[in-house]
Amino acid sequence: MFFNEFDKNFSKTNVIDVTGSIDKVNIDFNIEDNLKNNNESNEIVESIDSIENIESNYITEYFDAVIVGAGHAGCEAALACARLGLKTIMFTVSVDSIALMPCNPNIGGTSKGHLVREIDALGGEMGINIDKTFIQSKMLNRSKGPAVHSLRAQADKDGYSSEMRKVLENTDNLIIKQAEVTEFLVSEGVIKGVRTYSNAVYFSKVVVMCTGVYLKAKCIYGNIFNYTGPNGLSAANFLSKSLIDNGIEIRRFKTGTPARIDKRSIDFSKMEEQKGDEDITPFSFTNKPSDIEREQESCWLTYTNENTHDIIRENINRSPLYSGVIEGTGPRYCPSIEDKVMRFSDKERHQVFIEPEGNYTNEMYVGGMSSSLPEDVQYKMYRSVPGLENAVIVRNAYAIEYDCINPLELKPSLELKKIKGLYSAGQINGSSGYEEAAAQGLIAGINAARSFYGKEPVIIDRSQGYIGVLIDDLVTKGTNEPYRMMTSRAEYRLLLRQDNADLRLTPLGYEIGLISEDRYNNYVEKYRRVDEEINRIEHTNVSPSESVNGLLRKLKSKEITTGVTLADLVRRPELSYESLEIIDKKRKPLSSDIIFQINNAVKYKGYIERQNRQVNQFKKLENKLIPDNIDYMSVGSLRTEAIQKLEAVRPVSLGQASRISGVTPADISVLLVYLTNMSGKNI
Amino acid sequence: MSDSDTIAAISTSLGNSGINIVRISGDDTFGIIGKIFKRGKSKSDFNIEDIDSHTIHYGYIEYNGNCVDEVMVSVFKKPNSYTRDDVAEINCHGGSFIAKKILEIILKLGGRLAEPGEFSKRAFLSGRIDLSQAEAVMNLISSKSEYSLKSSMSQMRGDLSAKIKDIRDRLLHDVAYIESALDDPEHYDLTGYNSELEVDIRQCLCVIDKLIDSFSYGRVIKEGIDTVIVGKPNAGKSSLMNNFLNEDRAIVTEIPGTTRDVIEYTVNIGDININLIDTAGIHETEDKIEKIGIEKTLKYLSEAQLILYVIDVSESLTERDIELYKRISSIPHIVLLNKIDREISKDFDSSLFEGSVCIYYSTFNKTGYSELINSIKNMFLNNEIDIENEIYITSMRHFELLRKAKESLTNVLNEIDNDLSEDMLTIDIMDTYEYLGMIIGETVDEDLFDRIFSEFCTGK
Repeated sequence: MFFNEFDKNFSKTNVIDVTGSIDKVNIDFNIEDNLKNNNESNEIVESIDSIENIESNYITEYFDAVIVGAGHAGCEAALACARLGLKTIMFTVSVDSIALMPCNPNIGGTSKGHLVREIDALGGEMGINIDKTFIQSKMLNRSKGPAVHSLRAQADKDGYSSEMRKVLENTDNLIIKQAEVTEFLVSEGVIKGVRTYSNAVYFSKVVVMCTGVYLKAKCIYGNIFNYTGPNGLSAANFLSKSLIDNGIEIRRFKTGTPARIDKRSIDFSKMEEQKGDEDITPFSFTNKPSDIEREQESCWLTYTNENTHDIIRENINRSPLYSGVIEGTGPRYCPSIEDKVMRFSDKERHQVFIEPEGNYTNEMYVGGMSSSLPEDVQYKMYRSVPGLENAVIVRNAYAIEYDCINPLELKPSLELKKIKGLYSAGQINGSSGYEEAAAQGLIAGINAARSFYGKEPVIIDRSQGYIGVLIDDLVTKGTNEPYRMMTSRAEYRLLLRQDNADLRLTPLGYEIGLISEDRYNNYVEKYRRVDEEINRIEHTNVSPSESVNGLLRKLKSKEITTGVTLADLVRRPELSYESLEIIDKKRKPLSSDIIFQINNAVKYKGYIERQNRQVNQFKKLENKLIPDNIDYMSVGSLRTEAIQKLEAVRPVSLGQASRISGVTPADISVLLVYLTNMSGKNI
Repeated sequence: MSDSDTIAAISTSLGNSGINIVRISGDDTFGIIGKIFKRGKSKSDFNIEDIDSHTIHYGYIEYNGNCVDEVMVSVFKKPNSYTRDDVAEINCHGGSFIAKKILEIILKLGGRLAEPGEFSKRAFLSGRIDLSQAEAVMNLISSKSEYSLKSSMSQMRGDLSAKIKDIRDRLLHDVAYIESALDDPEHYDLTGYNSELEVDIRQCLCVIDKLIDSFSYGRVIKEGIDTVIVGKPNAGKSSLMNNFLNEDRAIVTEIPGTTRDVIEYTVNIGDININLIDTAGIHETEDKIEKIGIEKTLKYLSEAQLILYVIDVSESLTERDIELYKRISSIPHIVLLNKIDREISKDFDSSLFEGSVCIYYSTFNKTGYSELINSIKNMFLNNEIDIENEIYITSMRHFELLRKAKESLTNVLNEIDNDLSEDMLTIDIMDTYEYLGMIIGETVDEDLFDRIFSEFCTGK
């Protein structure tokens, strides 16, 4: 029904075709037309007076949601809004750059793979899209505990981009618009819409800011600067000012990317081949392994050497990082090769991964050697690496500086504290990485839509998902460098496994409205089977017969002398559910993902129970909410340091407060007493 | 921080009260009481179902087969208690020794040491205290925490915190390496790392063990040496007691009720205190009731830190003297060859006590008194522990945290033994790191990531 209304509106507007002077009558007509069709416009138009310079604008039709940016955050935000029924417009500086992967050619990896699985479990798009377009798939840490198994796939970059574009273009309620947004229109702390470079004004109820690294972007290598975003795409040079004008704190961060080299110039015989897994795991819970089988491409491993390091050291004074040209704060976890050489001078060599950029290109990504050294030094440096002696560089390595906001400006819903209705996701929030961006985009989109409908925001807590850890870290602790996800950041790591993301989040995705009835039912059935089978093996006794002990001997496991349950045997490190098949006569066939769940649940039962107990404690504080209007100065007995820190973050719950560095358990106790007193007085 | 986990603390001020009260509050209160409390002379089991709220019960605290003390336990069932949780109050004998011992046992059985002001906090949160008192409760929590932190810090010598920092540093390095490898498995390899880790963990455990052991020595400094005087009837035990009491200012803690109960006298002898535990009147006769007294003495013997064995040199040694000597020879002791002001018995043979510290003594004219004091000081301050160079811990809170740290590290060793993967090990190592951090007032925060980024080179 909504779509019909939207469709009608859309067909009547003719704003895209404006050339030369603007026909005032035509615009007025549009507004009136909108007023008739959409009550939402009433409020918006009433607030027009409060927006300055209205004369120089022309006003387009009204949208429920405006998404600024079409990168990994923007795509998820736009799809979430549109799928939840909002009439949505997504802006991008270039339609050709939708879902662009301007750096590494892969999705996932340690902890990032977890994020993608969670995005999928909630009904986001990234997992499905990479399943369509991967050219190599690998489960990292397979020999380690299940908590750190991490899925990573090499992507066909162009394919990833165009497949995502196809999805966006065919999503109801969503239109894509190539234009640079230059201003957020804010009235009395509430977002009213955006203005573009061409002075078009788009009123809307909610806006999601997903500008990535494009705000005042500046690419640097040696003493060469380009005032552009990645790949020469135009930077967004006006939005920073709009944010500052609204009292938002802006910071300058830096990141970088290595060169791309022509495949034909590489001697692979000097490198080690890195193949993908034979049995692949899909990112999306909607896919079975057999759905996504394909021929896989290889990556290649080589190393830097002392010669490489000498070249870097000799030219280090020409590095903009070391000469002080670069002001932005770079990430410590992803240093440029010059950083690695200077900081870890005792390392004789560093790994270099040569990764294909796609199926239909000869460009190869040189993983491990991002740099901002001058072009001539880059040639020498790359050519000192075995296999790259004759390397032809297609694209230079470069560093990029960009504006981002201090994430302490955000609520856990990803709405800006100072601007109601404006949400923010991705690198603009001080994070790094495609997956981190997509995860925030999805949540920002969902919460923008929920605020449109007057619903409470969805906040995933630290015990529910890496998404929760990511957002909580950003909005509670802030960050002084581009923030990257790591499994060690998750305190309940054993519960937040990539294999059970659906268990943790699919019911929530269903409740939100992004998971279909069918998919939800499949999920329920899957875990019903898991529970049923666990229950069966926990209650199936095995006696010390010769057949049992024979098997145990064969599997180098201690023989049993008294009866035990099947589950007891599965718990032994050297055994598994699968290995006991011969002695388990009543077993029904189960799919591999179900067996995986059974093994984990049985083998790590003690640890899982322990973490569950910690989660129960955690939830108690998490559920103690702090009112928006609390005045920390008036809370007696709080230390000055605590007051300052609490003021800066203004946490939503006691749990969030307890994670602010400088706030002690005693401060939390004091707050708890204060809050109880407040609520007591209210009654 | 939970509202229903079980907390415990000594709620009377330690030192000079005749009775101490150990208070427990929380869901597992009666579970813990049930494990350690035996009711009545018959020592029957404590079963909360059979017991009414707001009643008080006579009985014994027993742990690991040893009787710790004769106590009265008050029972308050929820919600009719101060905190509205299940609450029990163990009224035990005065002096610092017994109450601490009972508290230690409760903590071992799963209780948690209460945070400063926590009983009041619970009382308030459960609505037990009037809302108008909120301000007072907040002040209480914040001032008590401040005080407890300060006093805990001041108890801690620089070298203790250096030792803790050293262990934390090693553990963090190990975790940072493991996490770097898990984060970037293509750069860092964990093959064989477990054996390296095991060495590190064992060394850290060794240091923690020493610190835990030092707790009893640390307490000697702070809380005094629990000393028991033994000897056969008329050897001069009471006179020796009087020597101490006349010479030095003593705090006498007399337990009301039967005269056959313990009396603890705390006597200051310069750097340290001596807690003289007098098992009053036990020795003089041998009737039935006195036998109970003797049993009690024997019990105290096993828990004493120092025994003063008084021998009457004017008489020959009996079988009983020799038997008693055998019993005490494994405990630090001093043999007082008393009554040298009289004629020494021809049959007296001092060679039996070779290897023990022997002092010729006279309770009559206090000959040997200063030698006795010096010997005690030597034993506890110079020989047994070197106050200048050894590190010892004195705070119950520190002891408790070290105990938890030890438990976590022991888990790690078991996990290594069971071939668990490294990502499981780091859970327990980081727990240890956190416990140790609480001792020196440091939190975890960004330590790990700082370490990973500064020491290990990862990234694209």
